[in-house]
Order: sequence, then structure tokens, then C-alpha cells
Amino acid sequence: MLQTEQDRLRDEIQRWGMVYGKERSALIPILQEIQRVHSRISDFAMQVIADMLDIHPVEVYGVVSFYSFLDWKPKGRFVIRLCRTISCDMQGKDRLARQLENDLGITFGETTPDGRFTLEWANCIGMCDQGPALLVNDHVFTRVTPDRIHDILEGCRKVFGVHAAQTLQEQLV
Amino acid sequence: MTTTTNGRGVQTTTTGHLTFGTVKPNSGLQNAIKKSRADIIGEISASGMKGRGGAGFPTGVKWNLAAAAQDEHKYVVCNADEGEPGTFKDRVILSEYADLVFEGMTIAGLAIGATTGIVYLRGEYSYLRPLLEAVLERRRGQNLLGENVLGRDGFTFDITIRMGSGAYVCGEETALIESLEGYRGEPRNRPPFPVDTGYLGHPTIVHNVETLAWGACILSKGAAWFKGIGTDKSTGLKLFSVSGDCERPGVYEFPMGISIAELLREVGGEGAKAVQVGGASGHCVPAKEFARTLAFEDIPTGGSIIVFGPHRDMLAIAHNFLEFFVDESCGQCTPCRAGTVKLLEGVELLRDGDCSMQYLRELCSLSETMQLASKCGLGQSSPNAFLSIVKHFQDEIMGRTDLATAGKE
Ligand SMILES: Cc1cc2nc3c(=O)[nH]c(=O)nc-3n(C[C@H](O)[C@H](O)[C@H](O)COP(=O)(O)O)c2cc1C
Ligand code: SF4
Ligand code: FES
Repeated sequence: MLQTEQDRLRDEIQRWGMVYGKERSALIPILQEIQRVHSRISDFAMQVIADMLDIHPVEVYGVVSFYSFLDWKPKGRFVIRLCRTISCDMQGKDRLARQLENDLGITFGETTPDGRFTLEWANCIGMCDQGPALLVNDHVFTRVTPDRIHDILEGCRKVFGVHAAQTLQEQLV
Repeated sequence: MTTTTNGRGVQTTTTGHLTFGTVKPNSGLQNAIKKSRADIIGEISASGMKGRGGAGFPTGVKWNLAAAAQDEHKYVVCNADEGEPGTFKDRVILSEYADLVFEGMTIAGLAIGATTGIVYLRGEYSYLRPLLEAVLERRRGQNLLGENVLGRDGFTFDITIRMGSGAYVCGEETALIESLEGYRGEPRNRPPFPVDTGYLGHPTIVHNVETLAWGACILSKGAAWFKGIGTDKSTGLKLFSVSGDCERPGVYEFPMGISIAELLREVGGEGAKAVQVGGASGHCVPAKEFARTLAFEDIPTGGSIIVFGPHRDMLAIAHNFLEFFVDESCGQCTPCRAGTVKLLEGVELLRDGDCSMQYLRELCSLSETMQLASKCGLGQSSPNAFLSIVKHFQDEIMGRTDLATAGKE
């Protein structure tokens, strides 16, 4: 990583420290912000956060590795999480899984080579009466049919590089 | 049946009208403001309400314990981690009746002497956050939060939202507190209990979203109203999240003590082969027991109801639940960490037609060990579904030869 990028990340973490404080209880909110912006929490970020909160980096790593929404590995700009729990399973989640793999050319747990998409399983996302359901970042899609997968992915591709979070909703709902 | 859409395009379906929509906004809080702390808790105790999150601890008792604790700092935590498979009523409550939940938290804060409320919202519900922040901001403007709430001298209370990060076990109250404090969400040994030593070591009450909303209704309509509904041991109304093989899935409100058969009629699920009550950690009830009731004295539940039609493969269901637990076990204690994996492997043997009766019995005895020796509710309840499926559907799961229809993945 370039020196300037490291400096920028360091400043960013310091700013979150001002927002959330420098107590241990600020750790997860800060990690969530870094994850949201950078799609990962790098070793360097963990080191800076540990120094700021005055804890050992291993403590930070222990937390990052525990939570499934926090990741050390780089993730795609869009993380697609397909619910695999029973109600969605009974409503046909297997067909969605197959179509997602076909259209993305990756399997679950992988990220597309262009860094746009990560495909993951989710456990029940609280949409069981409207399944099968999936999340794309913070957006929920319900009663998804295999033929809709293409449109959902196209919607993501259109907003790639733009302020994805807001525009995604406009494109897709 | 009403279908509405919240501000962010997320559809919510509620069937029939929920009582939450009929209570005059903030009337519960206005009544509470005029009462002493002891009288507020007295009202909640007299209602007989037990926690709606599943465990069914009497709410009044919890408030009393926290109120009695001597500490300058106390916390009211709203458990919005809603991760139990088949549960979505808390999402609907937060989408449509957030005010009532915040009102309930404020009343609880007044009653126990807390100044801070925290909503622990699961990461999967991030899309609800802007809406909830907006409601909080409006309530601050209306003096329903902040200093001297509604003119009550010295009563200061505010609410913040904290996000989960995708861990089912963080719904367990001590794991939730660990997570709030910035640690891995690993459940603690109890005692000490959170009412005594909770968030940052201070007395803390953790409540399900629905419990808090009912708390506000009870202060508005009175304990007698609530107690007059349901059964002696399970008072009041309850929301149910209904999904699976039925004509009208969605969120329903019923009195406690309704039978499974009655519920199935309401949702269009007659003819079901079995019903999973209480989510993956609950019990699988076969058709011959549909006269049983949803109540703390019979089948307790946080409200997850999953209907299985006649064509469903019960072993595939057990497999799905066990995969969930293998994935979500925090790994802290051996009975749960190793036990869930053993049970999953056992179900795979059954699926492949390779499990002897002797080995099935060993799996059942392992299940009992897990129920007794696991540290938290996750490991204690993860064998429930497996055991009830083995008990009621043994005929279906033994000696399988048809690999094509068995199991998935
Ligand atoms: C593994 C596990 C997950 C839990 N998840 C939740 C949850 O998502 N929401 C909830 O309200 N309670 C959950 N609970 C129960 C809580 O520990 C706690 O009993 C509850 O929040 C108390 O609230 P109540 O008294 O209002 O029911 C869970 C318990 C366990 C063991
Ligand atoms: S029972 Fe399971 S989830 Fe609970 S503490 Fe033990 S390993 Fe963790
Ligand atoms: S089972 Fe998929 S959202 Fe609940």
C-alpha cells in the first residue's frame, strides 16, 4: 500500500475515533465503518485501530474473525447474501443459488476477479414469509425468481463506482 | 390482510389488525410519568407478562431486580437481533411501530432508574436504521426523550442504536452485552445476571422488541386488560411469525394459549404434516399433537411458526437446522461445538441410509448431554429439532434408499 493511502486510512480511523470515542466499546462501530467503506479490514487498519484504542492487535483480529460481516479478506463492492435457512429453502433457494453461480461465474464464498461481487450464504434474514430472499449489501430482495437474478446484477453493475449504497435502491426497486 | 411498504421499499405483511396500531401514541408514557417507579413496576407485574423473546422470564421481576440495584448507571437494552429462523415479527414492529418500542424503553428506563437505552439491531436489518434514527430524532424534539422527559423532573433518558455484525449467538443476552462492549459475542457464565452486572458492569435489562412494545400498551390500557387475555400462566397477546407451507404467511396477533390447529386454520395451513414451533431451536410438532397450545405451560415460543406440508422430507429439515447451528455455534464449549457437528454427520448418515439403530440411540444420548452440558441456550436447544424429528418421524428417516429425494446439497 502506498504511503499516502496508509496516511489516509490512518486519518480516517482517527476521525471515527472522534465520533465513537476511544473506549473498547467503540471497537465494533469503528470496524463496521471501515468494513463499509473499504469492503475489508486490513492488517494495517487493525494495527492502527489497536493503537488508538490501546489494545493488542490480536484482540482486534479476534473480533474481526468472529463476526461474519467483518472480514480481513477483500470483499466485492456488492456482497450478495442468499438466505439458505428452511423457509427460503422450501421456497426454492437452490434454484437461485444455481442461477447466481451461473451469472457470476463464481461459487459461494468467492469474489469475482473484477472485485465487484462476493457471493455468500446468509442464515435467516427475517423475510421468511416472502422468500426466497437475499441481501445485496444493505438492500433486501424478496420473492426472488431465478430470471430476476440477471436484472439484480445488472442494477449493481450500472451503479458500480457511483455512490452505490443510495443509487442501488433507485435502480432496483 | 394489509400489505404496506416502509420508506425504503421493504414490504411488510401483517394479517389482521395489530393492537399496536390502536393504542394512543405515548399514552402509556404519559401515564407512567405520573406514577412512582414502584407503581409502574407494579402495573407490569400485575399484567403477568412474560418476555416475548422466547425464554419467558416475568418482565416485572426483571424490572424489580434492576430497580433494586444501587448504581448511578443502568441500561435498558432492546434486543433487536432477531436471528431465530422463521422469526420476522420484530422487523415488522420496528418498521411500523417503532414509536411504541421506544416508548416502552423509556417507561422501562423510568421504572428501573436508567438514563440510557440501547437498541441492538441485527446487521441484516441495516436498512431500518435511517427510519429508526428519524423516529428517535422526532421524539427528542417532542421531549419524549432527553432531559426532564415530558416535564418529569430529573428523568433523563435517551436511546442510541448499535448494529450487530451477523452472529446469531449475539441475540443471547450476555453475548449481546459482550458484543456491545467490543468483544467477540461469546456468552458469559451466569450468574452474575445482567440485571446485576450487565453492560460495562452496570445493571442492565435486556428485552425483546415485542416485550417493550407490550410494556407501553400495558401502561396505556392497564394491567387488567392484558391479564384478561390468554391463559392464567400465559397472559396477554402475542405476535407470531408464520411461514412455510400455508396460504397466508405473515405476522399474526393471537391470544396466548391458542392451539396449533386453530392457528393453522387462520393461516390456511390445514393438512400440514408438522409444525416447527420456536424456530430452529424449538420443537417439531407432528399433526397428531396439533391440539397442543402455544403457551409457556405447554409449548413456549418466541413466535416462530414454520408449517411443513405433507410432501416435506423431515430429514432434510433436520439437516437444514443442524447446518445452521454448526455455522452459528460460537465454539466456546465442547458439547455444543463438537455435538452439533456430530449430529449433522449423523443426519447425513441417515440420509444416505447408513445409520444403525444403535448409532441413532447414541446420537440421542449425545443430544441429551448437549442439552445439559452446553453453556448457553444455543447448545442447550440445538438438539431439540433433531430429537423431536427422530421421535415422531422415525419411520420416515430409517432405512432410506432414495438418495435422490433425501437431503440437499
Ligand atoms: C442463541 C440465542 C439467541 C437469542 N436470540 C434472541 C433474539 O434475537 N431476540 C431476543 O429477543 N431474544 C433472544 N434470545 C433470548 C435472550 O437471551 C433474552 O432472553 C431475551 O432477549 C430477553 O427478553 P424478554 O425477557 O423480553 O424475552 C436468544 C437466546 C439465545 C440462547
Ligand atoms: S453452547 Fe454453543 S453458542 Fe453457547 S457458549 Fe457453548 S459453544 Fe457458544
Ligand atoms: S428463512 Fe430465509 S428469510 Fe427467514
